[in-house]
Amino acid sequence: MAGRPVFLNLLRIRLPVTGWVSILHRLSGALLFLAFPLGVWALSVSLSGEAGFRLMADRAAHPLARLVLVLLLWAFAHHFLAGLRHLALDVHWGVGLRRARQSSVAVLLASGLLALLAAWRLFA
Amino acid sequence: MKSSTGSHTGTGTWLVQRASALVLALALPALAITLVVATPTDYAGWQALFAPLWLRVLLLLAGAALGLHAWVGMRDIFMDYVHSTALRLALYLAVIVTLVGSVVWLAAILFGAAPWSVA
Repeated sequence: MAGRPVFLNLLRIRLPVTGWVSILHRLSGALLFLAFPLGVWALSVSLSGEAGFRLMADRAAHPLARLVLVLLLWAFAHHFLAGLRHLALDVHWGVGLRRARQSSVAVLLASGLLALLAAWRLFA
Repeated sequence: MKSSTGSHTGTGTWLVQRASALVLALALPALAITLVVATPTDYAGWQALFAPLWLRVLLLLAGAALGLHAWVGMRDIFMDYVHSTALRLALYLAVIVTLVGSVVWLAAILFGAAPWSVA
């Protein structure tokens, strides 16, 4: 075990497209976990009264907050679509290599497109 | 003797992850559509959005499903990457506290009568 080759140069690891969907599913899930308490806090302040609502509305208008919002929307879209793909794989739908690759590309494209759409809506 | 840190718990959590995923996949689009249709612009509109009981029940249900779903997911991540048992258990505890706290807080926001604040 001690002498086994270890090659962890992240820039040189070539992941297949299905692997990208898998690792991004993890990453987006972790992001959404962190966003959950933040979202509850934001809801709490925004429903606490007129002043709280104004405060959150003003904060949400800040470019940095909108950037975070776009990132979270991407995370949600990716996690949602990759999750549906997982449920399909669970019932043995699309498990062939060709179909699995196609659905992976579809998940990456669709979530990227939804994030761009959100960015356009929030910044344009 | 059963292991306290693994084995035989896999199918249970797998099922919890899938069941909560289904609840979230149905509830979140419904809530998002309700929000987009209403698009409240002032506090009164924002408050009115949360008035219907069904919406608050659905939102809390989604929050509880999210809590279970995130627990299984974060547990999987830590099981794969954190090999020190002490650190892993500490991280589990942090995740549980965060998630239970968030869900209880959400329930308080949506259903709290807040009698202590009534003059």
